Amino acid sequence: MTETDTQIQPRKTGLTRRQKRRLSRGAQYAVFVAAVAAFAASADWGRLKNQFAQAHIAEQMFPDVITVALKNTVLYTVSGFVVGLALGMLIALMRLSSVGPYRWVAGIYIEIFRGLPALLIFIFVGVGVPLAFPDIQYPGGTYGKVAVALGLVSAAYMAETIRAGIQAVPKGQMEAARSLGFSPTRAMVSIIIPQAFRIILPPLTNELVLLFKDSSLVLFLGVTLEERELSKFGNDLASTTANSTPILVAGLCYLLITVPLGFVVRRMESDSKEAIR
Amino acid sequence: MSRPEIRVQDLHKSFGDNHVLRGIDLEIGQGEVVCVIGPSGSGKSTLLRCVNLLEEPTKGQVFVGGTEITDPDVDIDAVRRRIGMVFQQFNLFPHLNVTENLTLPQRRVLRRDKAEAAKIAAENLARVGLSEKADAYPSSLSGGQQQRVAIARALAMGPEVMLFDEPTSALDPELVGDVLAVMRRLATEGMTMMVVTHEMTFAREVADRVVFMDGGVIVEEGSPDQVIGSPRHERTRHFLSRLLDPAMAEVEEETSDQVGKSES
Repeated sequence: MTETDTQIQPRKTGLTRRQKRRLSRGAQYAVFVAAVAAFAASADWGRLKNQFAQAHIAEQMFPDVITVALKNTVLYTVSGFVVGLALGMLIALMRLSSVGPYRWVAGIYIEIFRGLPALLIFIFVGVGVPLAFPDIQYPGGTYGKVAVALGLVSAAYMAETIRAGIQAVPKGQMEAARSLGFSPTRAMVSIIIPQAFRIILPPLTNELVLLFKDSSLVLFLGVTLEERELSKFGNDLASTTANSTPILVAGLCYLLITVPLGFVVRRMESDSKEAIR
Repeated sequence: MSRPEIRVQDLHKSFGDNHVLRGIDLEIGQGEVVCVIGPSGSGKSTLLRCVNLLEEPTKGQVFVGGTEITDPDVDIDAVRRRIGMVFQQFNLFPHLNVTENLTLPQRRVLRRDKAEAAKIAAENLARVGLSEKADAYPSSLSGGQQQRVAIARALAMGPEVMLFDEPTSALDPELVGDVLAVMRRLATEGMTMMVVTHEMTFAREVADRVVFMDGGVIVEEGSPDQVIGSPRHERTRHFLSRLLDPAMAEVEEETSDQVGKSES
């Protein structure tokens, strides 16, 4: 009998492979249960409830947390997304252009805005630009500022996503369109981009989720009461009441949006796996 | 032969160091059906793609319907409207249904109005026998059906010349017949056709002329009976014997003068 035979054959002594597997899994569950029990035992539940779950403070947040804060969060995010999508599309097409300078400008843009913290761009757009160019007025005041800042940040990511989507459309599609007499631009608009968008819908939705969270950076721009979004709203109320309940409620409002979006993304991903021809 | 519909003069094409076409001269008359045959890597697909400028020739001239398409100032989009192209991989637009595949190019390129485009689309779908699939999406069709839709899409543009790049090579054998039947009908209707194919039966029955290519040159051309029935050149005989009876082929040494296998 050779050595390999003895390894493949179940050993007669000690634990069998099946028993070992069971033991290892049992140990992992035991650690988990112990960790939960330790947390439950050590936490001061009364204090936690007092800090995070004050019903009367939570009540006092309504309806403004929805009608003002959540509404503004959605407004900021969607307007930033629209600006970012338009700019990202432009940059993606520049990146794929046969004209050298277009490619360079697009490449530099992507490297800069992907490499900078979003907060820095918010301060630059919200504070730097108005000081440097006093004549420039953002349309829509704070809303315009936020749309531009979020747009600048997300455009860099979206440009790369859109470029990948365009390149993922089979080469034969462009050839077929060109042989039917489409000009390169028309083929791009009518044939390639619609297909690219089907491919990149899941990553674009992910980008939307990220933007929801980045919209909280409005906090640093100095906004009026009516312009507050979830984070600022929660933070303000948390300081006036000296209690964390508003933070918890604001957080739940974010999840109200981002969790269903994440679900939609997963649905789209499994759909597009099936739809591959 | 009346005025040639397609005229190729001293055509050369290189991909880097790979000299794929080495001086091709070819004329195809109005209403003529020419089949181009040859081993893979012989440059036959590249030649076809040069005729509608999907590949830019390195040297030489191509005329289609009297227009020199290799002229740098030519409106290539206008020229391509007169040339229908059918691909090995069909290349239907997967995001559009069958009718939209036919109407969108008509409306965007030829600026036909909606009703006219729909009418011409329906006519051409009937021509390839797929009227009942008008609302289907390409992914739900068989390969043979997709290829017939692709032919209908090209025909809806009203081309004067049709180019076929191995139209049946990606099909399951039992689906080949439907596509060939459509092509045969097109030939009898008087369409000028240039067909790159491995279907010898089709070439024999339908072609007015067969062109055998190897190593980037035309080795011999003539009537199907002559080229396929009694080839004059050893290379043609060798190719045909391997094609017609692949089970009997011997294992061969690769020779260095073979052109690269970069054919798409």
